[in-house]
Amino acid sequence: MLAFIIQRALQAALVMVVMSMIVFLGVYAVGNPVDIVIPPDATIAMREEVIRRLGLDLPLWKQYGIFAWNLLQGDFGRSFIYNMPVLELIGGRLPATLELVLISILFATVTGVSLGIYAGVNPESRIAKLIMGLSILGFSVPSFWVGLILILTFAVHFGIFPAGGRGETVMVFGVEWSFLTANGLSHIVLPALNLALFKMAMMIRLARAGTREAMLSDTVKFARAAGISEATILRRHVLKLISIPIITVFGLELGSTLAFAVVTETIFSWPGVGKLIIDSITVLDRPVMVAYLVLTAFVFVMINFTVDLVFALIDPRIRSGRQKS
Amino acid sequence: MSPVLEVRDLRTEFFTAAGTLRAVNDVSFSLNEGEIIGLVGESGSGKSVTGFSLLGLIDAPGKITGGSVRLKGDELVGMAQPDLRRRRGRDIAMIFQDPIATLNPLLTIGQQMEMALAAHERLSPRASEDRCAEALERVGIPSARARLKAYPHEFSGGMRQRVAISIALLHRPAVIVADEPTTALDVSIQAQIVTEMKMLAREFGVAMIWISHDLAVVSGIAQRIAVMYAGRIVETGPAAQVLRQPRHPYTRGLLDSMPHATAPGQALRQIPGSMPSMMALPPGCAFAPRCAFASPACTSVPELTEAAGRSWRCFHPLDQPAQEGITS
Repeated sequence: MLAFIIQRALQAALVMVVMSMIVFLGVYAVGNPVDIVIPPDATIAMREEVIRRLGLDLPLWKQYGIFAWNLLQGDFGRSFIYNMPVLELIGGRLPATLELVLISILFATVTGVSLGIYAGVNPESRIAKLIMGLSILGFSVPSFWVGLILILTFAVHFGIFPAGGRGETVMVFGVEWSFLTANGLSHIVLPALNLALFKMAMMIRLARAGTREAMLSDTVKFARAAGISEATILRRHVLKLISIPIITVFGLELGSTLAFAVVTETIFSWPGVGKLIIDSITVLDRPVMVAYLVLTAFVFVMINFTVDLVFALIDPRIRSGRQKS
Repeated sequence: MSPVLEVRDLRTEFFTAAGTLRAVNDVSFSLNEGEIIGLVGESGSGKSVTGFSLLGLIDAPGKITGGSVRLKGDELVGMAQPDLRRRRGRDIAMIFQDPIATLNPLLTIGQQMEMALAAHERLSPRASEDRCAEALERVGIPSARARLKAYPHEFSGGMRQRVAISIALLHRPAVIVADEPTTALDVSIQAQIVTEMKMLAREFGVAMIWISHDLAVVSGIAQRIAVMYAGRIVETGPAAQVLRQPRHPYTRGLLDSMPHATAPGQALRQIPGSMPSMMALPPGCAFAPRCAFASPACTSVPELTEAAGRSWRCFHPLDQPAQEGITS
């Protein structure tokens, strides 16, 4: 197990190095930020001075070297636009995204898996068909449209939930959270629901397919032949048998939603990182883009690593396979 | 002595979109305490469905549509599922072909055994562990208590099947349905398991229905043989007699197609044709289209003829002994 962790940590480090290069190069290719940072009426001298100060006069490899060296020391650079450390900028926005994404993904997983198992156990029932119909809807309707409809229905028409913003927040461990206040919670409902729909549809499909397969397996037949009740079979056999694909998708979705909840954050004017990255792309705020993408890569690597560890916890065959190698 | 299991005119049908399929058609047999009956036939003949029907484990679109299954005097057909569940595992258990598929790869042997134990008995964790270790020992698994913490993939195929057998034996059921329990195993292991099962059946007085397509294996364990074809039992009788002198041409065909019924170098004598689709059975005897003895009479279903402890469904029963070298 230790060898596995070390091996994966080295792999992760390599991925991070390669990713940081790709990101740096990609952002470099997007365009020259100088034209946006400097007012059009600036003199040549001022221009030269800014370029030198931002380190944009150095050759590319040197720029990357400085960036990587600073990165290793935990310095992600300063935003050209806000003129503050990038890490602080992203750190200030991250809790908002984090709480929104976690709430929506947990909700999507718990309800999606429950509904999916129900539909898998009773595939012919009317409720199962309704669930599957809803999941197709969840897949096919575009997210931004659902967001608008949610606002129109629940905020404008019924006036139950607010249409946007984060609401009241409360400081816990030095971070602002809104899900801990009643008002903040009411602000989170609609965007979380909006984010959750697609994932819930996916979880329903996964859980249903897995359950149907498991219910037909010899494991379940054998358990039934031993007189084990259906509830116990579902809880102890089926739930475990279907968990691996569900955890895989959970990890992938968690990563991609954390990084790219942009559409929902924009519609509900949720002050998360998704909005930050879009804004910094429009103004070519290079340090923010680079840091954000590197952090995203890091989040993905960490999530995948955790998912692999969880697999090994669930499946003894993976554990012993690794001991041998 | 009254039989421990009595099956009368059992009928199981599947109602599919393509039509109704009668997988088990008026099957009757009975089992005494400790008796082993071999249920033999080609794949698709309805052997396994018969086994599942006995436990009331037929899923939609299938349904038991008639007949009776009496286990220790109680009627199982039509019994409510919760009552049936209380019988399964305790009075009648089942073993399957492939133990790697029946055991859950993600749970330890101990967890799975305790689950099966808890289905019928409330025991302290301590007592439950004792019972499981004891059950494993009984089927010849060394250092049983330590092995309770092992996962199925850490056992060999034969050992896995022993684990499955020990789960089936946990509550000392009166009847075990063994659905091709040795088919997935190496030949040398097969013999071990067969011997062991025979011994356990004698020791505990467990009656067994040994489902197999392999006459050689069945002849080594069963006291009686029932041959199934297209959902019907076409011939039953004491194992030695059925093997030595089959009365039904289909049984004869099965015997003839065994490799050692043919001299080395010669082509195996197969039964011509293949089993008809269960959706479109010929009228009368389902074997008639493949039968060398078929006559116009065979277009109606032959009645069961009984004589001297044997029975068959055929208008043209054979009376010569089968080829040499089959009985053992």
